[in-house]
Parts: sequence; C-alpha cells; structure tokens
Amino acid sequence: MARFWNKIGRVAVTSVAVLALGAAAHAADTIKIGSSLSMTGPASFLGDPEGKTLEMYVEDINANGGVNGKQLELVIYDDAADANSARTFATRLVEDDGVIAVVGGSTTGATMAMVPVFEDAGIPFISLAGAVVIIDPVKEFVFKTPHTDRMACEKIFEDMQKNGISKIGMISGTGGFGKSMRGQCMDVAGNYGIEILADETYGPKDADMTPQLTKIKGTDGIQAVVNPGFGQGPAIVTRNYRQLGIDVPLYQSHGVASKSFIDLAGEAAEGVRLPAAALLVADKLPDDDPQKPVVTGYKTKYEETTGEPVSTFGGHAYDGLMILVEAMKRAGSEDPAAIRDEIEKTQGFIGTGGTVNMSAEDHLGLDLSAFKMLEIKDGDWTIVN
Amino acid sequence: MAEFLQFCASGLTVGAVYALVALGFTIIYNASDVVNFAQGEFVMIGGMTTVFATAAGVPLPIAVLIAILAAMVIGLLLHRLAIEPARGASPVTLIIITIGASIFLRGLAQIVFDKQFHSLPAFSGDTPINIGGALVLPQSFWVLGGAVVIVIALWAFFNRTVTGKAVLATAANRLAARLVGINTSFVIGLSFVLSAAIGAIAGILVTPITLTSYDIGTLLALKGFAAAMLGGMGNPIGAIVGGLLVGLLEAFGAGYISSTYKDAMAFIVILGVLFVMPGGLLGRASVERV
Repeated sequence: MARFWNKIGRVAVTSVAVLALGAAAHAADTIKIGSSLSMTGPASFLGDPEGKTLEMYVEDINANGGVNGKQLELVIYDDAADANSARTFATRLVEDDGVIAVVGGSTTGATMAMVPVFEDAGIPFISLAGAVVIIDPVKEFVFKTPHTDRMACEKIFEDMQKNGISKIGMISGTGGFGKSMRGQCMDVAGNYGIEILADETYGPKDADMTPQLTKIKGTDGIQAVVNPGFGQGPAIVTRNYRQLGIDVPLYQSHGVASKSFIDLAGEAAEGVRLPAAALLVADKLPDDDPQKPVVTGYKTKYEETTGEPVSTFGGHAYDGLMILVEAMKRAGSEDPAAIRDEIEKTQGFIGTGGTVNMSAEDHLGLDLSAFKMLEIKDGDWTIVN
Repeated sequence: MAEFLQFCASGLTVGAVYALVALGFTIIYNASDVVNFAQGEFVMIGGMTTVFATAAGVPLPIAVLIAILAAMVIGLLLHRLAIEPARGASPVTLIIITIGASIFLRGLAQIVFDKQFHSLPAFSGDTPINIGGALVLPQSFWVLGGAVVIVIALWAFFNRTVTGKAVLATAANRLAARLVGINTSFVIGLSFVLSAAIGAIAGILVTPITLTSYDIGTLLALKGFAAAMLGGMGNPIGAIVGGLLVGLLEAFGAGYISSTYKDAMAFIVILGVLFVMPGGLLGRASVERV
C-alpha cells in the first residue's frame, strides 16, 4: 500500500513539475528533444528504466546550465510497445512538438515503425532497441546504442569455441527479439564451426517449456543450449532446464541482463552464461577499465534516485542522450542535419554499453569487446575471462 | 516412454490451471448467462497479492488467505458495481462490461503492484520427483491436487447444501427460481465470489511454476474460455475435461510435432471439435426458446 501512495505522490509531483516546466518553457528559449518509449505494457521492463533515466539526466543537464546555453525540454510519449501508437507519436513529435532530435523506441517493432517518419522529416533518431535491422542497412538519420543480437550470438559462439563446444541446441522465444536473434545466430553459427542440432521455439507468454526441452534433451550429441529471448520466458526455460536435469551449459542472451532474471529463475540460474554490458558488473570491473567511472556513476545515480536496481536497458538511454548532447555541443546549433552529422562523427565516447566509434557505415559503433561474458554464481554476476 | 510421461506431466499441470479458469467461467455462466472475461484477472490477483503479501513479511498461509479474500471481495464488487446495475441488459452487453472490468483490473494492478514478473517459492521444494523417467516438480502435484479438492468441494456444495441447490435452481430456470423464493441476485453475486476464489487459488498454486505479472490474465482467460467451449459451455465436468485436453494438446503438439505451431494446433483441434459437435464435447444441444 505504501508503494501505491508513493506512486500517486510521484505522479502528482511529476505533474506539478511538468506544469511548472511548461510555464518556464514559454518564457525561456529551450531545445526540444523527443522520445516514445514502452513505459507500460509487455516491454515496460525496458521502457520504464529508460524513461526514468532520460528524465533524471535531462533534469541534471538543465541544472548544470543546459546545452549551448539553452535548457533542454523533453517530450516523452508512452507507446506501450505498440508499433501503431509509436508511429502516431513519432508523427506528433515531428509535426506538433517540433523536436530537433529523438532518443527512444524501446522495442525493435516500435523503432522500425518510427524510422520512416524521422527519415522523411530529417530528424536524428537514436534507437534503444536491440535488433540489427535498425542500423543494417545504414539509414541516414537512424542510430542505436544497444549491442545487436548478432553481436550477442558471436560473443556466445566465441565462448563456446574456447570451451570446445561445436554441437548445440536452441530454444527461442517467438517474440520480435527472440525471433530476430535466432535468425542471426543461425546466420553466424557456421563462422564459428557451430552446428545447430535442435531448434525449438516457445510463445512469449508460455508458462511451461518442458516439452521443448525434453526434445532437446533427447537429441544426441548436444553440448550446450542457447536461449534467445527476453521477459519471463528465459526464466521459465532456466527453471525447466534444471527440473529436467539437463547438465550441459545453458547460454542466455543479453535480453535477460537484469537482476530480476536471477530473482525469477532462483537457484536454477546458477552457472548460466550470458553476454552483457559492463554496467551489470560495475563494481567488479578492474580499476583501470575506462568504463568504470561511467558505469559506477550511472549505477549510483540511478539507484539513489529511483531506489530500484540498475538494468542495462536504462543504460542504453543514458548512452543515447549523452551521444546526442555531445553532438549538439559540437554542432553548436539546433539544426537537425548538423546534429546528425556530428552524431555520425562520435569517436571514443565511453558509455555504459562500451566505447562508441561511429562512422558513415556504422551507426552503432560498438565492437565485440563491449560485451563481457558473464556467469551467474551464488545469485550474482561474475566476469568470465 | 519417459518422454511421453514428461509431456503428460507438463500438459496436466498447465491443463489443470486452464480447467480451473474454465470452471470459473462455467459457474458464472450458469448462474447469469454472462461469460466473465475478467476471470483471468482473478488468477492474477491471487498470485500477485500472495507475492506482495509474502514480500511484506506475511507468512505464506496467511498471505494465501488474504489473496483469496481479496479476489472474493473484488469478485463481489465486480458484481455489485458493474453487473448488478446493468441487470436486464442483454448478456452481450454484460460480457462487454466484463471485458471493460478486466482492462480496468489490469490497469489497477499496474499501479497497486508493479509491472514486473514475480515468483513464489515452491510450497514443498524444487527437487523434481522421478516418475518412470519423467521429472515432475512437487508443485505440479499441488496444482493437480488443488484442482481435485476444488472440484470435490464444489460438487459437495452444489449437491449437499441448500445454498448450492439454490445456485443450481437459478442456473436451471431463473424465473422459476425467483418464484419459489430464491434470491437470484444473491445467487449471482455468490457465483462471482466463488469464481473469484477458484481463480485466485489457481493463481496461487501455479505462481511458483509459471511466474505471475499484472497481465497474465488475458491469455489465461482466452485459454480457459477455449477449454470451456471445448468441454461444453455450462458443463462443469466439461470445463475440467476441456481444460486438461487443451493443456495436453499443447504439450503433445510441442513435443511430438512442432513447437512453432503449438498454440495453433490446440485451436485447430478445438475448431474441429466444435465443427462436428457445436455444443462442445459434453454440452447439451442448444434449444431455441420460442
């Protein structure tokens, strides 16, 4: 109940703050940036931390004098992971709100629905969604901050190669993320000499995956299992995996890189490996790691402000906002095209996701070194070398 | 053989939950002709309330009681505030009201609870039991046992108590029931409370296996409704049979044929059955009253 009143309180405070901001905005000269996130609905575990991160840091930037001497004004819409509403909000951001840049799009579906709107309007758009299709092929005004599913597959297969694993089974979610990553893994498996012997799927809301896992268990010669997917699915897969006593290694994707996965899967999560950003292991990074100050800074601020454990998803929003702000500073103007050019020139930016080096051919700018291979031990993340 | 038993265990566990949701549909449908699409939300309320009560330090048995009571109160409120004021409206109108109620309850749950997935510790440990090579979680037996106990208790209630018989009388003929002095409004209210309690118990029993969140109700309502239709809408035995069948179809479909078409296969079988037997497996042939 206390939580409930807390939320009411927070909503009330935000509303007042928004009203106050609105009044101030008309008086002062502001720079408008927009966002459409999945703050409620099935992808709210992505959109919720992303929204909080954007609000938190825009406030912070404004308190420190804003950008180029002007205050930032953030316009956020909640698309509830619905591609149709995302597109409507994208149009509204361009036509009604007149934003000069957008950081948003929690899911690949919502992002891809918004891409044509921003491409037509010539507004730089930094997406927070995972799939590789967002930046491959390269679109003039579209960038993204999270690692791609393709990179996750490569990182997993690299680790398998090191451990002499060559025959694997896959069990993938049929949601956008799982489907896309399954395809990417199939695509790159050959490069690492990996053979996929079993290929099973499950629906994003399924409650029991033992039939699929029983089939995988019964397939001869499988040395490891990969589970692309996010949400509660991988947690149930992990539990069913232990229930059936399958003893080969289980690899999860970066889609489950949050503390809640460990909580949900419980003891079954022991020994699970996954590729993830350094943010998850902020306090375990060596002191000379260039990412250490960035990730510990973000983690501390996020956890102090919201009282919730940090997830990599909010980190993507931090990276997106900071890349945009630095580009605006370098451009020294509010011309969307000039900002776009500067975003593309981002070099050596150290974010929560890794070191970003963008170019005309690469609108992501991360390489495999941005991923750490983690293993869950005693209910916590540890770095595998 | 071990594979077959493993699929059976999976199908029966999931099927038992569908069966309990279908049973909830049946009870309300019989008493009031309303298909209550907020039935899945009762399952969610049961699971989520238990999770949050135990997280607040309440011992599990008391948390379970609180959760069942909370669901019953919401069931009663749903009847008193949404269904009762619209009495006399056509069943279609009432069904649409329940869809609205389910959306409202989901929204409320997002605010009162949160948007994350939650789990409960299994009631009697996580060590799987080996049955002929199939590994079954002890919690599965809680789910199946719970379903059996509920069915027996309902049977006793309907056949051995005056109130239960009043519900049956209302289901058979509402006007005649009112003429012999049965308070049908009370009976319909009671059917909502009963359904809510059954849903909540299902939600509590299954949370350690399937996890819970504010929006699990939608899919359960859909599957439970399909199960009730398959078994024959209005027939409690049909609801149980239908629920277990849908669960088994899904498990065997995923296990023996292809996991990609798991849901599709369950629904194709349901469509096939309804095509041949429009009343469902155990339903009575519908008679148009003139």
